[in-house]
Order: sequence, then structure tokens, then C-alpha cells
Amino acid sequence: MLHSEVLYLATPSAFGVLGQVPLDVAYQTHFITNNIAPVYLKPRDLRGVSQRSFDSKNMENNSLTAASGKIPFWRDVRVLGALFQVLFLLGVILLLAILYTNMLRGLDSLGLALNFNFLQDEAGFDISEGISYDPSDTYLKAFWVGVLNTLKVSIIGIVCATLIGLLFGIARLSSNWLIRTIAAAYVECFRNIPLLLQIIFWYTAVVAQLPNVRESISLFGGVFINNRGVYLPSPEPTSSLTIWLWFLSGGLLLAVILYIARWRQLQQLDRPGFRAKWALPAFLIVALCGWFLTPGRPFTLDLPALQGFNYQGGMRFSPEFSALLVGLSIYTSAFIAEIVRSGIQSVVKGQREAARAVGLKEGQTLRLVILPQAVPIIVPPLTSQYLNLAKNSSLAVAIAFPDLVSVGNTMLTQTGQAIPVIAMIMVSYLIMSLTTSAAMNWYNRWITRIGR
Amino acid sequence: MRKFLFRVSALVLAISLVIPLLASGEESILDKVKNRGRLICGVNKELPGFGFLGQDGKWKGFDVDYGRAIAAAVLGDPDKVEFRPLKAADRFPALQTGEIDVLIRNTTWTLTRDTDLGADFAPPTFYDGQGFMLRKDLGITSLKELAGATIGVTAGSTTELNLADTTRALGIEVEPIVFEETETLYQSYDQGRCDAVTSDKSQLVSRRQSLKNPDDHVILDVTISKEPLGPVTVHGDNKWNDVVSWVVYATFFAEEHGITQSNVNTFETENPEIKRFLGTDDGTGMGGKLGLPKDWARQVIAAVGNYGEIFERNLTPLGLPRGVNKPWTQGGLLYAIPFR
Repeated sequence: MLHSEVLYLATPSAFGVLGQVPLDVAYQTHFITNNIAPVYLKPRDLRGVSQRSFDSKNMENNSLTAASGKIPFWRDVRVLGALFQVLFLLGVILLLAILYTNMLRGLDSLGLALNFNFLQDEAGFDISEGISYDPSDTYLKAFWVGVLNTLKVSIIGIVCATLIGLLFGIARLSSNWLIRTIAAAYVECFRNIPLLLQIIFWYTAVVAQLPNVRESISLFGGVFINNRGVYLPSPEPTSSLTIWLWFLSGGLLLAVILYIARWRQLQQLDRPGFRAKWALPAFLIVALCGWFLTPGRPFTLDLPALQGFNYQGGMRFSPEFSALLVGLSIYTSAFIAEIVRSGIQSVVKGQREAARAVGLKEGQTLRLVILPQAVPIIVPPLTSQYLNLAKNSSLAVAIAFPDLVSVGNTMLTQTGQAIPVIAMIMVSYLIMSLTTSAAMNWYNRWITRIGR
Repeated sequence: MRKFLFRVSALVLAISLVIPLLASGEESILDKVKNRGRLICGVNKELPGFGFLGQDGKWKGFDVDYGRAIAAAVLGDPDKVEFRPLKAADRFPALQTGEIDVLIRNTTWTLTRDTDLGADFAPPTFYDGQGFMLRKDLGITSLKELAGATIGVTAGSTTELNLADTTRALGIEVEPIVFEETETLYQSYDQGRCDAVTSDKSQLVSRRQSLKNPDDHVILDVTISKEPLGPVTVHGDNKWNDVVSWVVYATFFAEEHGITQSNVNTFETENPEIKRFLGTDDGTGMGGKLGLPKDWARQVIAAVGNYGEIFERNLTPLGLPRGVNKPWTQGGLLYAIPFR
């Protein structure tokens, strides 16, 4: 009897009866309540045990006795299960409380206070790039500059990595041997070298080797590349911009109407097609007409020009930003390429054959049949890569890009408030990651619904 | 069941009672070092002259010698010290968390660091000032001309703040690039990523040697700050801070009185203060008051020599002049507090 009962509980299927109690708790409570030592069974021990031990009647009996309250509550597995969960939770809370008080005590003995008051103090240090900031601004503002720099490199990095990854993922499946091999070499090369090394490589071996300011590479008379960065002409809005914006809004309205009309038409015809076929040209024509009809030009180009030590004016991407962006995009794109490839390959072969049978071209097959089915498979691992990219951007400290961690480090050493600053950094990354995750999950649900 | 609950509550009790006690134990670092039989000292690893790993795998430098001096005073053996290389940004957390016993890493004494950072400073061992190094061919001689320049600086240093202060005072805009690693900073400067680099002058002198063409670079004849560099101990451990401070004073004292590494063991004197210093007086001497062996100061000088010897061994080869880092008797700032 004893033997068969232990055997019965040791089979995972039986734990379904115990309801929503975690397996390990159910194990423990049972063994404790029944005063039975756990017996670990190997498959060979099961040989010769009659099937009767497992039958449903036996299981029903057990659950009935538990539910009908024939046994006292301190032997009721459900009560005990709940009790243990509460105890466990209390234990965790207690442990955290102990750690926290310990930390406060330690800080107190060092004469440090744990608060965020220092955020209102003058930072006193300068930051080389980002939104407008002055050393007389507060630490909070300095931190915010770091957050925005991290966001900037992460968002641009995610877009670039996705595009490059998609390209190489599809290329890996090409029927052309050369394209296929190049794509495979790209993926294997970049995903197997540590990112930190890649970033340092891009920074010291590529970007820093560009000519110095006075020997800049000049392209099209407006683009300058040197070891201080890449300088591009930037459009500066003029007073006639508002007029042109009216044209743009009109064009946008027209485009939306045409888009919906085309969509309806395609639905009526019940065949796939390019929905923006009317909207896109219409918008472009209105925008272009507006550009020429507006008195004066809506934008003038601000050309970078050499002044003193550096080029002034225009748009500038610093070497640190460029190296970090290239490093992050290429590294992540190698992983994305693999995700795209596996997603495409997971679509059953018959789909492609069927698409070909109904006369779709190669591009159409990919766009209309394969990708819509592959995307829901691609999106979850893709989300992880996006999160990785954002978190990996913290390697910026290695090459002096003033990201969140870099600015945080400076704050930390200037104020000595290690715990608040580290907490702020962690919370910032957490918020960024959770937001990305939520957005991608929403996108995934949306895309799967459309798929159906 | 009851047994189990009992065990759980016993464990929780143990955690809540014993662990805080362990953490708050008021044992001085001096006792910890003695029990461990080894001093752990945070140093720079990238600054020839002050702290670097020599080609023979041995730590060398001015700051390193002070670490050895403390080990000699406490443990009687200058080799019983472990050096931990630290980046500028990591040094204070390492000190606060007790990872290192003492920080001797060309660290500037400032009010904020003394108070907010949980650090206690020993007397400065090197009086420095912040300067600028740039290419000779730029033909720049004053700071105003640096308007618009890109200037490299180390993260987590006072130099980062001084740079911002100075440019604000001058009303010029510069682009600071903040490097975590000293190595990357000077490498990038050498490659032309920045027009100038700013740091303590001693560091500029030291690092200029390792540039591709040291002669192409010039250190501007301006000093924008005072940088008193000295050993640091964690806030609140007065006993330990006393030991570190008096080891520093011992090197000053020895130079004032002409006690050197070679003559310390045979130094003949009737001067009672020097006798107290050397531990040849009666009683427990000065060492007993500090919780050190009686001959602690003699051990220090026998291990590393007096201040002048430490300076000449490490910094003179770099071409650093002694400047104000001379005994007060010679018009310098080094002034040993009486050994009484």
C-alpha cells in the first residue's frame, strides 16, 4: 500500500489533481503530511507494478477525500500549499528587508545618505553631444541627456539592424551561390566576434583612421568625413515652410482617401495588390507642386564649413556615435538574419510550391505568402534582439560616447551616490526594455490577427 | 512538519540577527590587514612613474611605493601587498565597498570627496596642477585660443569638472570627450581625435613619453587648478587613516633629517625625536600609539626610502621637477607633523 501510494504521487500526471499548487510544494506537503520519505523511482522500478495503481478511480478517491474535508485542515494539501506560498513570500520580503536595512547601515557607517537630493545640484561637467546642455544644469538634466543619447543610438540601431538583417536573412536563402555564401560568411563572421571588440575595432581601426580635419574627405561639396565625424548639410526651415506644410497636409488627406478607396477596391476584387498604388504618387505630386508653388524655398541647406578647429554648421555624427551605431547594427543584424532565415524556412515547403502553382512570381510569393506566415514566428526572437541591442549600447563607455551608463558613471564618481545612480540606470533600461517588449507583443498580436 | 517549520524560522532568525551584526562589525581595517597578513591597495595601472606594471611583472611607481611603505609599517614586509588596478571611475566604489584597504591612485583631495564620497584623505604626497597638452604645430600658447577645440579628459576625474569650470570662466566653448580608460584617451589624442588633452601635469608629462612622437607635443604653461594628490581611506575608520597618514609623514620626516634607505639601520643620533621616530627610545614608542610595531618607521624607510628617494626613483626619470614637492625647510610644501 505504502509503496503504491508513493509511486502514484511520484508520477507527474497525478499532480494535476492538486490543482494550481507548484509541483515542488505539492511534493513536499504530501511527504510531510503523510510522513513518508520521498522515494525516487527509476523507470525499471515501474516494471511489474500493475496498471491499477494509476487508474482514474484511485485518483478520484484521493481528490474527493481532500475536497470533502474528511481530513483536518492542517493535513489538507490545498491549505498547506497556500500556507507554504505565503511563508515563501514572507521569507522573500524578509530577506529583501534585511538586505535593505543592511545597505542603509553600511551607508550610514560610511557617512553617506541614500537619497536623490543630489539630482538637483549643479552637475558641473560637460557632455560632448546630445540635446542642449550646460555644465550649470542639474545632474537630473545631465542624466536625461544620457538617456536620450542611449535612445537615439538604440532606435537608429534597431532600424538599421532590422533592414540589414532582413536583407542578409533573405540572401542566405538565395538560389545564387555567391550571394548565399557571402551572406553566410557575413553572419558567421559578425555574430561570432564579441561585440566589445567589434565596437573598439570600428572606433580605433576605422573611424579614428579617417583623415584629420584639414584633410577631410569631401563628397558632393557638402558632405565632409574626417576623424572628428561625418558632417552632412542640414535643412534649415525658412519662413515659407508653413505654406508648404499646408500643401503637405492637403496631400496627406488626399493620400488617406485614395488609400482607403484602393483598399476597398482590392477587397471587392478579392485579389492582392499594392494598396498605396494611388495614394503614394498623389502625395508626391502634391508635395512637389507645393515645393515649386511656395514663394521662396521652405528649406535652405546649412552647409558645414571649416571654422577654427572643426567644421561648424550642418548635421554631425560624431565618431563615437558612428562607431557605436555601426558596431551595434552589424552585430545585431547577423542575429536578425538568422532569425529571418529560420522564420522563412519554417513556412512549410508546400506553401511555396502552391504559390508557384497558382502563378505567383518569386517576389510575390515572398511578399504575399511566405513573409506573412513567417513574421509571427520571427517577431518574438526579434524582440529579444531589439532588447539586446538597447542593452548592448551600454558598451558605449568603451569609446567615450556619452550614453546613459557613461553619464551615470561620471555622476556616480562625482557624487559618490553609487546606489541611487545605479538604481536609476537599471530602472531606465527596464523601462526601455519593457516598452519595447510591450510594443513588439502588441505588433505580434496585430500581425497574427491580420494573418487570420 | 513542526520540525520543518522550526528549521525555517531558525534560518530566518539567523539571517535577520547574525548577518547585520557581521556587516556592522566595527573592526578597523588595520586589524583586518594584520589578520589577513596582506595589504590590498588600489592603484593606477596606466601611469608610468606613479603606478604601472613593469616589464618584469612587478608593480612600480610613486604611488605603488607608498603602498609598499604602508605594508612595511603594518606587516614589516613591503612585499606583503596586493595591488588592484583601478579605473578613475571605479576607485571610490572600490574603497566604499571595502574591496581595497587604501586607495593610492593619484587622487585629488576635494571637499566633495571628503564629505559626500565617504573618503578620508591622508596628507598629499604630490602637489600637482591641471594642465593641457597639445600639438606643437598648432602654435597655441593660451587657453582662450582653445575655443572650439575638442579636448580629451578622463571620466570620473576632477579634471573633467575643472575643464568645465575653466571654459565657463573664460566664456569659451570646447567639446569635451570623456574617456573611461586613460589608455584610450591618449591613443585617441595621438590619432588626432582630439586637439588637446587635459589632466594633471604629472600625468601629461608621464604620458607624453608614450606618444608616437613625444617631441611633437607641448604642455601649455598654464595651470588651471590645484591638485593635491594623496592616499585615501574609507570614511570613519580613524585608526586606519592615522596609520596611513603617519606613514606619509614618516617619509617627509626622514627627508627632513637626512635619514635614507641606506643609513636608516645604522643611524646614530642623540636627538630624542629621531629616536622616537626610529623606535630606539624606551617604552612602546610612537608605534604603540598607532597600533603598529615599535620600529614601524624604520621599516618604512628601509623598504622604500625617504620622500626624496621615492621621488627620485620614480618621477625624476620622467623629467618631473620637484617644484613645490620639497621639504618645507627648502621652501616646499612637505611638512612633517611632530613625532611626539
